[in-house]
Amino acid sequence: MSEILVLVEHVDGEVKKVTLELLTLARGQGAPSAVWAGPGYTEEARAKLAEYGAEKVYVADSQEIVDYVVAPKAELLAQLVSAASAGGVLIAATGEGKEIAGRLAIKTDSGVITDAVGLGEGFVADQSVFGGGVNVRSRVAKGTPIVAVRPNSVTPEPAAGAGAEERVSVTLSDAARAARVAERVKEEKGARPELAEAAIVVSGGRGVGSAEDFALIEHLADSLGAAVGASRAATDLGWYPHQFQVGQTGKTVSPQLYIAVGISGAIQHRAGMQTAKTIIAVNKDSEAPIFELADFGVVGDLFQVVPQLVEEIEKRK
Amino acid sequence: MNIVVCVKQVPDTATERKLRSDDKTLDRDAADGVINELDEYAVEEALKLKEAHGGEATVTVLTMGPAKATETIRKALAMGADKAVHLTDDALHGSDALSTSYAMAQALGRIGFDLVVLGSESTDARTGVLAAMLAERLGVAQLTLAKKVEVSGTSIAVERVTDYGYDKVEATLPAVVSVVEKINEPRYPSFKGIMAAKKKPVETLSVADAGIAADQVGLAGAWSVVAEFAVAPPRGAGTIVKDDGDG
Ligand SMILES: Cc1cc2nc3c(=O)[nH]c(=O)nc-3n(C[C@H](O)[C@H](O)[C@H](O)COP(=O)(O)OP(=O)(O)OC[C@H]3O[C@@H](n4cnc5c(N)ncnc54)[C@H](O)[C@@H]3O)c2cc1C
Ligand SMILES: Cc1cc2nc3c(=O)[nH]c(=O)nc-3n(C[C@H](O)[C@H](O)[C@H](O)COP(=O)(O)OP(=O)(O)OC[C@H]3O[C@@H](n4cnc5c(N)ncnc54)[C@H](O)[C@@H]3O)c2cc1C
Repeated sequence: MSEILVLVEHVDGEVKKVTLELLTLARGQGAPSAVWAGPGYTEEARAKLAEYGAEKVYVADSQEIVDYVVAPKAELLAQLVSAASAGGVLIAATGEGKEIAGRLAIKTDSGVITDAVGLGEGFVADQSVFGGGVNVRSRVAKGTPIVAVRPNSVTPEPAAGAGAEERVSVTLSDAARAARVAERVKEEKGARPELAEAAIVVSGGRGVGSAEDFALIEHLADSLGAAVGASRAATDLGWYPHQFQVGQTGKTVSPQLYIAVGISGAIQHRAGMQTAKTIIAVNKDSEAPIFELADFGVVGDLFQVVPQLVEEIEKRK
Repeated sequence: MNIVVCVKQVPDTATERKLRSDDKTLDRDAADGVINELDEYAVEEALKLKEAHGGEATVTVLTMGPAKATETIRKALAMGADKAVHLTDDALHGSDALSTSYAMAQALGRIGFDLVVLGSESTDARTGVLAAMLAERLGVAQLTLAKKVEVSGTSIAVERVTDYGYDKVEATLPAVVSVVEKINEPRYPSFKGIMAAKKKPVETLSVADAGIAADQVGLAGAWSVVAEFAVAPPRGAGTIVKDDGDG
């Protein structure tokens, strides 16, 4: 069975959920090999990767790999693709993940599929395009298939793998050192899960009415352990920070549950959330387009509905 | 300073977008073509960098697309870009990201540049890979997903948006930059700008002109293929309840 490389996403030494999803998908294509890039590697991380099927864990944990933008990770992966004669590469379809996939595709003279929401036999990828209007199945025609997969596309399932650790060293080219990260600025975002990865997302739109009233959205999110999102109308008005915008020009989310509060459901908003498994909408206008894709819709004033919802959830906990 | 800004014509997101049943490529005739919204931010940033250089810079628009993409080129010229190069050839039809980046890298090599500015993503294909691919192909610094760009002399610094906030990134020109929305507020073309745009030079490049190998582009040359597609079934009417606020 050929090796399928999975680039590990990690924060503070912890493996992110999307990586477990990618390992689950990789098992259907061959023998998963996890690739750890950058500092923070631990035995716990190795064990976690093995638990979800990694037969091998390649470790390149030098600081240098994260000191420069994107290129070192692509160089590391290109080296492994060739050394292991990999059958394919899976990377999370985050902004940076897609860039790594793009550079890797060029280095290995391979095709790349971005934003896959599913992966079938022979690396045929499912894409949901044009704001969810069209479902596409595509595949790589030349080289090693490189697929960037949207977080939450599958439920991670454990299946023990050998998890054999293999240290790798990379010698970065000059080109890979062209853009240097001088400083990382962490913006306060509290204890909520990350938007792109969260299993539940609660988003507020223009209907929320003000920055202060976004507390209502946060409150609902916290009662569900959810991430908070916002429509562009809300971020443009400065009611919520821009990095939480969901949609065409914001983040793409694909959670188990998406709750849209006071959001009309413009095509550009839908482009960022329509692959959510279940969609709930709260809107006072029964004609709002968001109801066209809602599995459960509440026509009503959000200032009445949301507090009641929170109360009900808290009661059931 | 020689700035090239890459601008793509895309179908209007407000209209229904389709793939063609014959060759499974984007149906560009089915919808009105407009400038990719994020590319307006790219043009604006290029113009601002030129202004910050006391006007000592040239802003060239580069578009790859069919004949009708000239409308989009005019829009960028009307905003204030100096001139344009239109890479257009039937052989390019159906190019994927690998082919597009190859063709554009060839064109950029011909134009020459200190700085290439792109939008971070197109609204039609949304791959978000082109800037990184161009940096890779051209062997220059990648400063992408920028919410702030500063150039002084041959040094460039950007703030790159990340999951946790942003990274301060530094490099030496030449470089490829992609910008996110909110980096600036794109200007509206003035009447004078629109009139002036009609007289600005637009050079047309064919595949042969740019030294592009025809078998590396277009549907046949693409590194990826669409196997099949279908219009998504409606999600199915869910349960809708009215809440009159009485619990
Ligand atoms: C190229 C392009 C890219 C774009 N990218 C994005 C993007 O990434 N993300 C995005 O979201 N948008 C994007 N947009 C904007 C998009 O077209 C819409 O303008 C935006 O999504 C509207 O946000 P909204 O639904 O919050 O506001 P509105 O459309 O104003 O809707 C507000 C809704 O709240 C309801 N409401 C009001 N008061 C209450 C109340 N008290 N209780 C319950 N309901 C109430 C109203 O009935 C209405 O349906 C983009 C647009 C363009 C042209
Ligand atoms: C629905 C759909 C899905 C697709 N999926 C894939 C895929 O998975 N893999 C793949 O290899 N190809 C894919 N393609 C093909 C891809 O659209 C084209 O190769 C495209 O030219 C480059 O991708 P993009 O527009 O997504 O670029 P992006 O990387 O999203 O665009 C970023 C920026 O690049 C610049 N730019 C992009 N194209 C041009 C241009 N023609 N002229 C000037 N500047 C430009 C603009 O500044 C733009 O803002 C897909 C196409 C469609 C329609």
